[in-house]
Amino acid sequence: MMLKTLTLAAALLAGTAGAALAQDPQPGGTLNFVAPYGSSFGTLDIHTSPSTQDEFPAKAIHRSLYQWNSEEGKPEPELATEVTASDDRLTYTYKLRENAVFHDGTPFTADDVIYSYERIAEPANAYPGARYFADVAGIDEFNSGSAEHISGLRKIDDHTLEITYTVAPTDPGYALMQTNSAIYPSGAGEDPGFIQNPIGLGPFKFVENVPGSRVVVEKFDDFYEDGKPYLDRINVVLLGDASARDVAFRNQEIDVSVLGPTQYVAYQADPELSQNLLEVAEVYTRHVGFDNTKPPFDNKDVRQAFGHAINNELILDKLVKNKAYPATGWLPISSPAYDEAAEPTTYDPELAKQMLADAGYPDGIDVAITATQNESWGLTIVEAIIPMLRDAGIRATAVPVEASVLAEIVPAGDFEAFMWSNLSGPDDYEVMKCYYSKTPRSSCAYQQFSDPEFDALFEQAGAEMDPEKKTDLLRQANNVVQEGAPSWFFNYNKAVMAYQPWVHGLQANATELAIQNYEDLWIDETAPDSRR
Amino acid sequence: MLRFTIRRLLQVIPTLFAVALLIFVIFSVVPGSFASSLMADGRTAADPEMMARLNEQFGLDKPLYVRFADYITGLARFDLGTSFRTREPVLDVINARIWASLELAIAAMVFAIVVGVPLGFIAALRPGSLLDSVTMIGAVSGLSLPQFWLGLLLMYFFALVLGWLPSFGYGGGSWRYLILPAITLGVTPLALLARTTRAGVLEIANEDFIRTARSKGMSEARVVRWHLVRNVMVLVVTTIGLQFGSMMGQAVVIEKLFSWPGIGSLLVDSVSIRDTPVVQGTILVIVVWFLLINTFVDIIYAAIDPRIKQT
Repeated sequence: MMLKTLTLAAALLAGTAGAALAQDPQPGGTLNFVAPYGSSFGTLDIHTSPSTQDEFPAKAIHRSLYQWNSEEGKPEPELATEVTASDDRLTYTYKLRENAVFHDGTPFTADDVIYSYERIAEPANAYPGARYFADVAGIDEFNSGSAEHISGLRKIDDHTLEITYTVAPTDPGYALMQTNSAIYPSGAGEDPGFIQNPIGLGPFKFVENVPGSRVVVEKFDDFYEDGKPYLDRINVVLLGDASARDVAFRNQEIDVSVLGPTQYVAYQADPELSQNLLEVAEVYTRHVGFDNTKPPFDNKDVRQAFGHAINNELILDKLVKNKAYPATGWLPISSPAYDEAAEPTTYDPELAKQMLADAGYPDGIDVAITATQNESWGLTIVEAIIPMLRDAGIRATAVPVEASVLAEIVPAGDFEAFMWSNLSGPDDYEVMKCYYSKTPRSSCAYQQFSDPEFDALFEQAGAEMDPEKKTDLLRQANNVVQEGAPSWFFNYNKAVMAYQPWVHGLQANATELAIQNYEDLWIDETAPDSRR
Repeated sequence: MLRFTIRRLLQVIPTLFAVALLIFVIFSVVPGSFASSLMADGRTAADPEMMARLNEQFGLDKPLYVRFADYITGLARFDLGTSFRTREPVLDVINARIWASLELAIAAMVFAIVVGVPLGFIAALRPGSLLDSVTMIGAVSGLSLPQFWLGLLLMYFFALVLGWLPSFGYGGGSWRYLILPAITLGVTPLALLARTTRAGVLEIANEDFIRTARSKGMSEARVVRWHLVRNVMVLVVTTIGLQFGSMMGQAVVIEKLFSWPGIGSLLVDSVSIRDTPVVQGTILVIVVWFLLINTFVDIIYAAIDPRIKQT
């Protein structure tokens, strides 16, 4: 419901996007879609990669069993026409699409699903998606080598598949919608030529890869959705530098651009460019996490005092340029369990000082905050909050590290405090595990938060079969997290995409705005000749 | 001459070994790993089991000395290892990108030579003139402008304002896409060449042997061609060699800015994701390029000035 509201708000803000809904999609044309997160694609074998950058071409070429529905804010079956769950939610039966074929004309069957999932789960491959199958029956035997296949993946017939879990998932779609759980033709991954010329079930066929420059795909005429895709061709172009992307967008060389805070301000101020902005609250929460196991942050008052010492509104306005939403807890605005009544931590340095004194630190505390160079959740922000913290008696120093170093030291617990942006959705139950006391630190419970009230609510939510009741329990649990302050949650990412006025069909994808279902995109007659 | 060439080429081998050792040590001691870089975007939570498997698969669980021995023996067989990210041989990964870098470096150098050397000559032949002043101001500006900023400026004028050229990309090798990155990369060597040429001409023009040649009645054209140009070329060739050799390294920023698919942008991405074999391989290629160009320049240098061979 919340996401629907956001989607509507984004459409209203975008103006022309709303108008575009009234037009009939037009077939044909070429789209220059930008992949902004680097200067290269790592691989065309998407099973091997957890990278968003590699999803840009993969999303055009491949399809997964489920797909994220941006309007509904939930995963939905994509390669299955019918899904039935057993009463205990441990077994799911899928009636697979009979009209889906791979780009080489091979029909799609249950064997392809089983082959793909076993390839992803194969321990020797060390693929990132292996964790999606951690609770599938028979995975331990498969991992130990005592079973050749995963017994929980069972083919009933060519177009019927059964997946059995040992622990009931909230919704298997959250894992099986991921692009790196895409379905390959059976046996294809072992063909060396496949990686250079991938074949999938997606709406576009692979045409060429110019390493470091672009991947070109063209319309697959036998795609299973009638009339789709609309576009004839997509050039997925690499353009990692934000300034260069800005010039290229204004010069109409690219059709969409992902904006950073600086560009966001400039585009909002431009009467024309501001008409074509798509905004969404993505499922990422920026926070300063504390090591809850060691003094002084083993004390809740100290953790809460940290939040009261900072003028978050000022940070959001001056540094993040309002390209974020103030946080009121771990779960983001797009989450069904987000509590609309919740308030952000108030800015009150005197209260912070008093809380520190009450906690036994009348002379204040020293803290080292580990952070990267990221402009929205990195050193710039840390440097800005240091004087505010000092006024409240918290003497903070910044420890600059590179992103991959942060990802190494935080799961290892080698920090006092860290600033990071972490995935906080779309599976509410899964992301709330990060505050469950039995979750290992390395799995995502970086702060080692421990609260019996939270644990009880989380366990109840895990056992609850009614989705609404489950969401309500998670909402309460999220409020306990905000109160317990294992982190100072300061904002939720507002992803902003600028698009040319001739582009239609973009979706407000809260899981990652830049990743679009390309089959829904189309361009109108006002596009430049080079696109028609 | 042959002995000189062989001696210079042999000198490259210990240098390469030292560089290989240095690169290996640096990337073995810096914190962060390929496995941790996969979680750097905060999207994926750590999976200790997967990280252990990755480390095992890429041999990162072996002791440092074993890894170094594997690395050096691999190098001896021209095997740079396997990319962590693409899981393809590093040589293939580099091969897919190096030609674009060479194309850019050559275009930038040609631009620098064709414009810079004549400008330096003309300026020197009319010292103190308006042309001389303008050339030298331009040269100083060219040396001081940050390449990144200059690139953005060129993009803005030639792509956005004038609409003459594309602002980014490779365009399947079309020359239109090459112009802006080549000019951006070529401006620094152009400025340096113009200054070096001017200084060289002014210095050599006042040498005794030039005055002697003139006093013997030699025509001005012959003086310039036989005595002036030949002696100035020693300086110019040295500058060209040094600049051309370091161009692969300088191109890193330009390639990233213009989304040019060379090894510079590959290096930037590989460093951030800790794809160590590709980083090591790419740096090694850049170093080999530098050493080979310098060796080649030394050989030419010796051919131009026979005194070099004696040293």
